[in-house]
Amino acid sequence: MKRIEVQGLRLAYDSKEVLHGISFDVYHNEIFAVIGPAQSGKSSMLRCLNRTIDFTANARMSGTVRVDGEDVRRTRDVYALRRKIGMVAPLPVGLPLTIYDNVAFAPRAAGLSGKADLDATVERCLRQAALWEEVKDRLTSLGTALSGGQQQRLTIARALSHQPEILCLDEFSIAIDPVTTMRIEDVLKELRREMTIVLVTNLTQQARRLSDRTMFLWDGEVVEIDRSDVIFSGAAKSQRTKDYVSGVFG
Amino acid sequence: MSPDSPRDGTRSPRPQRPRWAVASEHALEALIRLSGMSAILFVAAIFFFVLREAAPVLVKDEFSLTQFLFSTEWYPTSANNVRYGTLALTVGTLSVTALAMALAVPFGLGAAVYLSEFCVPRVRETLKVTIELLSAIPSVVWGFVGLTVMSKLIVATTGAPVGVNVLNGGIILALMSVPVIVSIGEDALKAVPDSYREAGIALGATRWQLVYRVLLPAARNGLLAAVLLGVGRAVGETMAVLMATGHAVHIPGSLLDSVRTLTANIAAELGEAPSGSDHYRVLFLTGTLLFLITFAVNLTADFVIRGVRRK
Amino acid sequence: MAHAPAPTTGRFARTAHVARKERAERIARATFAAMAASMVVPLLLIVGYLVWLAWPMLGLEFILDVPRRGMTDGGIWPAFVGTLYLVGLSLLVSTPIGVMAAVYLNEYARDNWFNRVVNLAVINLAGVPSIVHALFGLGAFVYAARFGYSILSAALTLAIMTLPVIIASTREALASVPVAFREACWNVGATRWQTIRAVVLPNSISGILTGVILQVSRAAGETAPVMFTGAVFYKSVARGDLFPYALTDQCMALSMHLYTLATQVPNVKESLPYATAVVLLGSVLLVNASAIALRVFLRGRKKW
Repeated sequence: MKRIEVQGLRLAYDSKEVLHGISFDVYHNEIFAVIGPAQSGKSSMLRCLNRTIDFTANARMSGTVRVDGEDVRRTRDVYALRRKIGMVAPLPVGLPLTIYDNVAFAPRAAGLSGKADLDATVERCLRQAALWEEVKDRLTSLGTALSGGQQQRLTIARALSHQPEILCLDEFSIAIDPVTTMRIEDVLKELRREMTIVLVTNLTQQARRLSDRTMFLWDGEVVEIDRSDVIFSGAAKSQRTKDYVSGVFG
Repeated sequence: MSPDSPRDGTRSPRPQRPRWAVASEHALEALIRLSGMSAILFVAAIFFFVLREAAPVLVKDEFSLTQFLFSTEWYPTSANNVRYGTLALTVGTLSVTALAMALAVPFGLGAAVYLSEFCVPRVRETLKVTIELLSAIPSVVWGFVGLTVMSKLIVATTGAPVGVNVLNGGIILALMSVPVIVSIGEDALKAVPDSYREAGIALGATRWQLVYRVLLPAARNGLLAAVLLGVGRAVGETMAVLMATGHAVHIPGSLLDSVRTLTANIAAELGEAPSGSDHYRVLFLTGTLLFLITFAVNLTADFVIRGVRRK
Repeated sequence: MAHAPAPTTGRFARTAHVARKERAERIARATFAAMAASMVVPLLLIVGYLVWLAWPMLGLEFILDVPRRGMTDGGIWPAFVGTLYLVGLSLLVSTPIGVMAAVYLNEYARDNWFNRVVNLAVINLAGVPSIVHALFGLGAFVYAARFGYSILSAALTLAIMTLPVIIASTREALASVPVAFREACWNVGATRWQTIRAVVLPNSISGILTGVILQVSRAAGETAPVMFTGAVFYKSVARGDLFPYALTDQCMALSMHLYTLATQVPNVKESLPYATAVVLLGSVLLVNASAIALRVFLRGRKKW
């Protein structure tokens, strides 16, 4: 069974269609990169996966998205679906709660209540996000007071706190410094052992560094999907892919 | 890496939300939805209950809706010739409102322009606080001011026999309506994009020219809405005009004549009219009329504002 | 602001044309400033005059004492405590309903025709004249619900009157919380309510509180809605008694008391109505000023 199966996904905001029937699969324990210029529909596609597209009033979605074989639009418990999929947004968001509460928020919302369990979860997630050493002495300080790079790692810790099986990152490095980016990329390589990762990025070098397979999305359509070593080595099948990857346009 | 078989590490079993938490959340959300719709309920209820008390008189033979709306003769307590004509009251409302707007609109918009374009931040904060406090003054206090301070002032300066009249009510209402006009007018001017201002300055315009030629036209809709809301407030005002305009139910011949407005009339006579009598019901009918008038004014103002926001 | 001396020759010379423009600018600025001042100056003059005439009677004793000699002398205690009752009860009702309604409108409602009607209803509720509120209170609470002339009827009437502004100010407070926070919560599988409770509401409390406090002064100042539903000319109450009224009793109210003294009581001692006006005005302005101060104080303590 594939981890994620998307068939003919269409998405429109009012009358403007942004995804024109895309199809792709994501397999277990791989890092699947989605590259493409801005406004290609990459972020919208992610929001269809965990159904946060529901919160956009004028969005209409059609086609099939299956996660572990289950159609996301027919799922009984959409909150369980969102907990299965971790999401990291482009701009770092520290919730205006303590650092501890930032990471404990999702487990508490899911029903976890024991202090020992919560403490263990918070520490585990902050360690996995490579943030523990920097904040372990000030867990009661405000999450919004951290630096941008720290807040992005806090977001990752939050995304990990509900034990996702799939982690989606939407241009996570846009607003953070290169050093933090490298640290997070190392984190992703570690996490790949436990979960499947979908990495949306417009940094082709980043996709090349990290991913196993890559999909090139352009203007709401799939141009090409292949193994990353094929796409980035100049052996891509489509000329447009070759041009984008080599920087002719972007 | 095998594409089809998962290799997740060991996971702890997923926690569950306790049943009572889910149930109480659903109940709370139902309450929230209900509260949300309550606004419609209350507006409809106001119209319903006011009309309900008024309705029986509408079907009576002696009662004529045309006379009610267009006759100037208001004699509800006459022994043998009862007449309910509200036209004089309507003119009373219009005259006081018109005077109030004639005073409040230029000063209010002028103050809005000053706040938005000419003012330094420190002065702006102080002025805004003052205007906010001005708008908090209760209408009965304004009425008292009209009855005492303003009345003496008018008698002293114009030599009129009585100080409670259209002029008094108009000035008091103007002072009451100005805050609304200023705050919404300022919002409207702030909503004009800075690019307009920058373009004007680049062409060599002074601030005054900017205001006159660029900003006022651009903010036209919002300023209109500000005026409309000011009108709505003035038309609906009760206690202040009750105390400041006098007791004469007639069409005023000059600014120094006493009048009575639709609102003040209800307040003045409701206490005397026996419950369930025709007089009582006609007063409720006047209330229905007022409701419809202010409804229309506020609806228009909202549409105009909506036009501003969409830009 | 120091200027370099204006050049008299060349491209940037201060020609007559420029001089005229600058003068028009100065005149315009002065005119608009005068217009703004024209609101402030009368206010100060009026308040000053009222206080001056009220001075002989002002003091704590004036508030605590009861009316004497057929209301031509004495204090205002029954009216003062009556207003406290009316305001307290009405806000007890309108605050929860108003906050919940605002939560619905800002957090749950989709942008469809039904919710646009709800929005319109809130706006129109806000514009209803106070005398129409009085008529509604009379028809609905005094008669239809059979609460009779009572504090209950009057307070409920005031509650309906203050509701729309509480809804509006709560909505503003909720909307000031960035959407990004909500999205971050939804992404981790939280429900709407969990998000609201954990992030949105705690960070809106200051705005909500400010809105409620401002309605305190409005409810205290309104006359017509209470005049016909439960407030009366005179009620016998012991000096300084904090619990003189039952829910089904009628009461005196400060706003109506001022009206009564100014128009219905002959031979009243001269400073009495002025002192009443000053107490009412002063209370209202004090409450509003504290709301503004609260708003400024909390603005400095923002968490993001």
